[in-house]
Amino acid sequence: MKVGLAMKERHKDEGIVLTEAQKRARRSRSIAIALALGALVILFYVMTLVKGPGVMVRPI
Amino acid sequence: MSLISEGAELRGPVLGHPSLGPALAEPSLATVGDYIALMKPRVMSLVVFTALVGLAVAPGSLHPLTGFTALLCIAVGAGASGALNMWYDADIDALMTRTQRRPVPMGRVQPGEALAFGLTLACFAVVVFGLLVNLLAAALLAFTIFFYVIVYTMWLKRSTPQNIVIGGAAGAFPPMIGWAAVTGSLSLEPVLLFMIILFWTPPHFWALALTRTDDYARAGIPMLPVVAGDASTRRHIMLYTFILAPLGVAPWAFGFAGALYGVTAIVTGAIMLALAWQVLRERRPVERASKQLFAFSILYLFLLFAVLLVERGWGGLIARLAA
Repeated sequence: MKVGLAMKERHKDEGIVLTEAQKRARRSRSIAIALALGALVILFYVMTLVKGPGVMVRPI
Repeated sequence: MSLISEGAELRGPVLGHPSLGPALAEPSLATVGDYIALMKPRVMSLVVFTALVGLAVAPGSLHPLTGFTALLCIAVGAGASGALNMWYDADIDALMTRTQRRPVPMGRVQPGEALAFGLTLACFAVVVFGLLVNLLAAALLAFTIFFYVIVYTMWLKRSTPQNIVIGGAAGAFPPMIGWAAVTGSLSLEPVLLFMIILFWTPPHFWALALTRTDDYARAGIPMLPVVAGDASTRRHIMLYTFILAPLGVAPWAFGFAGALYGVTAIVTGAIMLALAWQVLRERRPVERASKQLFAFSILYLFLLFAVLLVERGWGGLIARLAA
């Protein structure tokens, strides 16, 4: 709780300022998320082509 | 974002780990590697391998891309289970030598982030599996994640020495999921593969637990060596290996596998029994036999499934790729 208050005090004017290491970590995480979502889009696109009209058929 | 903050505040004080204090309020320094570590990649590789065998030996046809999608979903589901396990177990992970360098107890990933990551992966894996492969396989994957996280991690692990006996079912489901992905149904053969892994788990984990009793005791986990003692655990290992060895031969006995599998299962089963016998005769502080059994048990399971893959599944996989 005290830590949270101290953080608020410290960043009251300038907001939260990321260090270079934090920026690098955030950038690498963002790229990984973008790649994963891109791969998911490609997977759905190719699977739709492969299955054709059968893509809507989901057997139990 | 709010989920992450709430999770961090909720779990932080419970953890009682000094490194987690200031880290909770700071923007995350977690790297992609930390998130990969959350998914327990080594466990995931064994899960994918056993699922591949279930998928390859199943009768019927499956487009290679659908097969790839099935394995991808199973891998992501396993990763989700690992992340949720590390979120919930962060407090005891911090106390054990084997696990204290994991991302959450080290403070590299905040607990709420691990929770959000695990839930997101679990939802994606099950939904994509259901949409692109079939609903039975997706339901089995969802149940496996539920069983590992809720039944094993949150309930059994901290409450009974039978934790890994029942919880081992979570690790035994992947061949059934692979089979269901191809056939859309289940039969005796995948159930046999399930039973082999189910009865393989206790001797495997108890052999490890015998060498880490102090670790588990410090974390307050009621593993069999901590609760029932060293001698009782060694008797249990022998008992379960007695059940495992014939179970390993069963796919050949029922006609599901050929002579190569039968010979492999008999020979490796006999070695497992011999090692379990050595563990039974061993007395602390000597741990050589326990370590040998632990190491060989991994090879045992790998060999059984690899031979099954070569003998039954390889031709099927090649035919599917060529089709």
